[in-house]
Amino acid sequence: MAKTTFREAARAAMREAMRADPRVFLMGEDVGRYGGAFAVSLGLLDEFGPERVRDTPLSESAFVGAGIGAAVGGMRPIVEVMTINFSLLALDQIVNTAATLRHMSGGQIGVPVVIRMASGGGRGLAAQHSHSFEGWYAHVPGLKVATPATVADAKGLLLAALDEPDPVIVCENATLYPMQGEDEDATPMRLGVAAVRRAGKDVSLVTYGGSLPKALKAADDLAAQGVDAEVLDLRSLRPLDVDAIVATVAKTHRAVIVDEMWRTGSFAAEVTAQIVERAFDELDAPVARVCSIEVPMPYAKHLEDAALPSPERIVAAVRSLL
Amino acid sequence: MPAADFLLPKLGADMTEGRVVEWLKKPGDPIARGEVVLVIETDKANVEVESWAAGTLERILVEPGDDWLPVGTPLAVIAGEGAIAPPPTAPGAAAAPAPKPAPVVATPAARPAAPAPRPAPERVHVSPIARKRAEALQLDLAHVAGTGPDGRITLEDVERAAAARPAAPTKPADRQARMREAIAAAMARSKREIPHYYVGTTIDLSKALAWLAAANAQRSVTERLLYGVLLIKATALALREVPELNGFFVNGRAERRSNIHVGVAISLRGGGLVAPALLDADRQPLDALMRALQDLVQRARAGSLRGAEMTEPTVTVTNLGERGVETVYGVIYPPQLALVGFGAVVERPWVVDGQVLARPLVNATLSADHRATDGHRGAIFLDVLARLLQEPEKL
Repeated sequence: MAKTTFREAARAAMREAMRADPRVFLMGEDVGRYGGAFAVSLGLLDEFGPERVRDTPLSESAFVGAGIGAAVGGMRPIVEVMTINFSLLALDQIVNTAATLRHMSGGQIGVPVVIRMASGGGRGLAAQHSHSFEGWYAHVPGLKVATPATVADAKGLLLAALDEPDPVIVCENATLYPMQGEDEDATPMRLGVAAVRRAGKDVSLVTYGGSLPKALKAADDLAAQGVDAEVLDLRSLRPLDVDAIVATVAKTHRAVIVDEMWRTGSFAAEVTAQIVERAFDELDAPVARVCSIEVPMPYAKHLEDAALPSPERIVAAVRSLL
Repeated sequence: MPAADFLLPKLGADMTEGRVVEWLKKPGDPIARGEVVLVIETDKANVEVESWAAGTLERILVEPGDDWLPVGTPLAVIAGEGAIAPPPTAPGAAAAPAPKPAPVVATPAARPAAPAPRPAPERVHVSPIARKRAEALQLDLAHVAGTGPDGRITLEDVERAAAARPAAPTKPADRQARMREAIAAAMARSKREIPHYYVGTTIDLSKALAWLAAANAQRSVTERLLYGVLLIKATALALREVPELNGFFVNGRAERRSNIHVGVAISLRGGGLVAPALLDADRQPLDALMRALQDLVQRARAGSLRGAEMTEPTVTVTNLGERGVETVYGVIYPPQLALVGFGAVVERPWVVDGQVLARPLVNATLSADHRATDGHRGAIFLDVLARLLQEPEKL
């Protein structure tokens, strides 16, 4: 089977959707002639033309708002926001408009917009391009939040997002774009279904997005130490597959939650709360979290590395529970 | 008419279980307060258990049999006559507020299953699933060692402890072994919890023994007094003057008792010992005390003591003189505050008025709980004891 990358898989999903449905179009900063800040949309302009692959001004509030309006008007827009940090400029459009219209119109008006954004650190882009706010979006009812972590999910979850009748935020951890994987025909996916990426019996590493490869690496390291870790990929934060979380904790009785958000109020905190509420009697140890250190993301590489979750920190967290 | 359970009483601080030997009452029988209702076998003896309550024996719940039952097991239902005064606090029992409505309780010792007071232990950390599993396995977490971080008891620890647990409770079949276990538990607790101090003195018994010989010359063989009864009476009277040594250490503090019930250590044939009480020993004339002592020894060796005798001792006297030792360093029977030991009476040179004379001497020792008293009080006690034994006619 041919190899492909996370980046190409996301592009393939957009191409497939645009070929299948004339209502689907892409807009965002530099998505057209430049091919996207992370080259995800490279080549799409040539295939679909400037009507369906639209470069926008540098105004997140305006073009996200335009995408929401197009969705209300019957289109199926994909809006690319260069980084999740910049999406804060469109927060009003997303939270006050996209997430609320179905509710405020008594179900008459849906907003089937997909807003893709690059998230996470590790790329030397410092404190205004490197953060992880996906948990903020997952806080908002009316939104759905997908966090693909594999090549297959880059395509499959994006197609699932496009099938949703309501706004979906797709957070693509930018460190994953070059990740290679099999180019397989994704079986249709839906949001809200977690996946066990590695089965184990001693401890559950619950994670998503850019932290999945770190958790898998940590699981390998732990295996060498005789600790059999299970790795659960949440895949979407809202809806959240709580049953899968409970199931893995019921199996291993220990949980370490890994995410790249700042520890305080991180999505890991929500997962922890779900475990305590739903699986308290299964726990054989306190739940542990491995999150980002609470500083604006440093520019210097060694400091950035120190600020982000790492396989070493995950292993250390697991060992503290055994 | 309120009915309440008659519970298997705790007949001593070290008793954890017992079994029903015989019911002396049958359903429908009226029961007076203090009346013996049944015979319970403990590790140490067959004990006649009195009812603390008055009423009617409505129903027997446990027939005589081989089953060892935990303290607090309901044995019968007694229909009471109304409000029943709560029993006095038993020596081994926590002085919890009387439950309301006051239940019918078997004996003064019958605060059901009240654990012997101990220093508040640190909270044991147990993971939620370990706790749940231990409950399912009916495993007592107090005996599970935690291997998790900070000593937390984990699921694995519980499973391991459960696997190591013998299939059935190991209750040694013969009474000797069970008694050994019970003594081991009580003495280990004593040495673990009670900071002992020891003081001793040598007492000249010439006057006491001369008085005894004269007194016995007036008595028939069966009525003769034994020298040991003088020691018990003298001890009881000395405790009147030093009451800090008479009572129990419960709930983190010493509680004096106004009644002086002297527990008498009685060696049993085949090993082991019991220390049942001579009730109100300070108030009994010597002859009555002698008869009570003979009766107690006889019944202790026959294995039929009464509940109150097992639970009431407020102090213990041990006399190992007949075994030839000169000095006893006793271990306090918890939760009592003190133990008085006597060695053999030996004839030794003794200086009286500047002259060396041969005199019968005994070493008296006091082991006492340093949480309750200091050596100073202990010394005063021995001093009083020695003085009382110089005036045997007043005993």
